[in-house]
Amino acid sequence: MMAVVRIAGVTLLALLGWQAVVTLAELPRFILPGPGLVFTTLWTSRALITEHALVTATEVLLGLGLGAALGFASAILLAASPAARSLLRPILVFSQAVPVFALAPILTLWLGYGLLSKVAMALLIIYFPVTSSFFDALMRTPPGWLELARVMNATPARILWRIRVPAAMPGFASGLRLAAVYAPIGAIIGEWVGASRGLGYLMLLANGRAKIDLMFAALLVLAVLTLLLHASIDAACRRLWKS
Amino acid sequence: MTAAPALHLSGCATIDGAPIFGPVSVEVPRGRWTCLLGPSGVGKSTVLRLMAGLGDEVTLEGTVGAGDGAPLGARVALMAQSDLLLPWLDVTGNVTLGARLRGQPPQLDRARAVIEQVGLTGHAAKRPDALSGGQRQRVALARTLMEDRPVVLLDEPFSALDARSRALMQDLAATLLAGRTVLHVTHDAAEAARLGHNVLLMTQGGITSVPPPDGPTPRQFDAPETLEYQGRLMRLLMVAQ
Ligand SMILES: Nc1ncnc2c1ncn2[C@@H]1O[C@H](COP(=O)(O)OP(=O)(O)O)[C@@H](O)[C@H]1O
Ligand SMILES: [Mg+2]
Repeated sequence: MMAVVRIAGVTLLALLGWQAVVTLAELPRFILPGPGLVFTTLWTSRALITEHALVTATEVLLGLGLGAALGFASAILLAASPAARSLLRPILVFSQAVPVFALAPILTLWLGYGLLSKVAMALLIIYFPVTSSFFDALMRTPPGWLELARVMNATPARILWRIRVPAAMPGFASGLRLAAVYAPIGAIIGEWVGASRGLGYLMLLANGRAKIDLMFAALLVLAVLTLLLHASIDAACRRLWKS
Repeated sequence: MTAAPALHLSGCATIDGAPIFGPVSVEVPRGRWTCLLGPSGVGKSTVLRLMAGLGDEVTLEGTVGAGDGAPLGARVALMAQSDLLLPWLDVTGNVTLGARLRGQPPQLDRARAVIEQVGLTGHAAKRPDALSGGQRQRVALARTLMEDRPVVLLDEPFSALDARSRALMQDLAATLLAGRTVLHVTHDAAEAARLGHNVLLMTQGGITSVPPPDGPTPRQFDAPETLEYQGRLMRLLMVAQ
């Protein structure tokens, strides 16, 4: 309850500050519209914004699901097999030297202007954080547990599945929390490079037509969606760890 | 449980060339409770880990094994100072961990009986974080009993407990582990005086056997002969370098 009051208070302060800047600096509405105008636009354009928000949300959720699954599997493969580790780890690290942003035009070229290239962007941008935070956790199993399992004559596969993986779930969860924030970035960049739908596309369109209020309304929706995604993943991880 | 074998270890141990202990000779008779008593850092845990088949980082110049010459591999259970309970499993899940790790069906009836033996009936469905330190160490004891191994290695399993819980755990362990070959590493003279059929004193100078008073264990903690023996162990610990 206190948290709700605090968040409401901070939001109110931010809105007041925003309006104050607009009023005091006498900014024209095509540079920075005030919150009142943005909320009005949000309401009058709600059908348009919802349509595009649903597209972006679909891209983000698909990218997040696939990227998380792929990251989960990769980390386990790396943890289970020293051979895979020595082979794949340098590739994985090197791949990080290529900015994912730079891949967006190529992905659009290969996968087209539709959903697929954006899902691929979201997936690529979260793959490394998920893989590396889960992998690190898999490699840091408390040694006492591993020794106990050895004395119990456990096989490496069962040690992995019954001890190392469950013990590393907090690491996987922190990778997912990062992913919740990164995945929308990937989808939006994908939309900027080439799309005919989605919040990123809508923002570019509004910008081109000097409808800054619509751009801010789309941005606001994107931020709220990202926060909601992060909060629900956070809650799901907590629940999972408790039960 | 198969017949409990004797254990022995002799030689010197090093880690990356740095001497850990030795030369020493440790003899653990079969079916008895042997305490390995010594100050911290003298190498007690290393002795125990070598007997458990752990300690890959340790180089032992000497021999370690069972008196009957057969491998110790599947005949050892381990209980450490930290309870090593898995926080995502309940008490029953932790007690039956060994079977799950070996791909065997967990023996739930026996688990229930063992949980009752350690006095945790009614706690079987609880997670470790809902238990006290003493209760958690009881779960670790139940897990050890569940393994039903003829050799049990204890590395200061009671030293994190308060005095009363510790005494109760000592009684419980002495009763429930009777008949097995137990090697119990401890730095506590009072504990060795209560529990050991044999007490080996380990110091920088090597290992010597200090025969305890006759009579059944666990010994009364306030019996004059227990206290006298505890005092003697303490004096030996103090003069050792
Ligand atoms: N992995 C290790 N690497 C280097 N030194 C170690 C390692 N493990 C233990 N030692 C050293 O070996 C000595 C004996 O350790 P240990 O057997 O744990 O003693 P104790 O159980 O009697 O306290 C200590 O001085 C410790 O610092
Ligand atoms: Mg020790």
